Amino acid sequence: MKVKYFAWVRERIGKAEETVEPPANVRTINDLIVWLSARDESYARAFETPKVIRAAIDHTHVRPDAAISGAREIAFFPPMTGG
Amino acid sequence: MDAPVTIRIQQDDFDIAREIAALSQGRTDIGAVVTFSGICRGSEGGDDISALTLEHYPGMAEAEIKRHADEALSRWPLQGLTVIHRFGRITPGQNIVLVVTASQHRQAAFAAAEFLMDYLKTSAPFWKQEESAKGKGWVEARAHDDAAAARWTKS
Repeated sequence: MKVKYFAWVRERIGKAEETVEPPANVRTINDLIVWLSARDESYARAFETPKVIRAAIDHTHVRPDAAISGAREIAFFPPMTGG
Repeated sequence: MDAPVTIRIQQDDFDIAREIAALSQGRTDIGAVVTFSGICRGSEGGDDISALTLEHYPGMAEAEIKRHADEALSRWPLQGLTVIHRFGRITPGQNIVLVVTASQHRQAAFAAAEFLMDYLKTSAPFWKQEESAKGKGWVEARAHDDAAAARWTKS
């Protein structure tokens, strides 16, 4: 699946998007955050305060317990500040 | 006829008069048009700001605004609405966002414009980065914006 990052989440991870293949036991958005955070320090720093991280699956906002199976595109970003 | 909905995410500026005309010209069923425009301020919390840079999530930004435009149409009797949100670098005094709502009577147009703006602030995937003498920094979300959006939730 494709994963996209925006704003300071993108800056801390150092890339705007990538393709990842998480193992089957990574079932939810929160599982994916934990799995990504274990990869290296940049992910750990981007996700160090999980409660401020927002997520979307296929362009729709989702909660941390949302299942990721079947997702084409997952995005992580800070709270929005548009308008 | 279904109420026309226009949603645009663009780098370029917009012309408010032209957008009002696009929505209302040649029609006699519209009695009220409300516009809200959001403009880049030159200072924030006492600090001068030289520019804002808006990042967005292409695809989701349009989809999220469309969801809320559809909800506005279902909640109020609207004759049409337009939402334009800019991205890229914007300097003080320049436009950031435009909401135009048209209805037969003013109440629906006012309420729908406020509803759309409250949701744009908290759920449309845009992020502002400020440039000031201190350098660049991401704008933090504000609790009062969340509270403004929450008041539209049906209890």
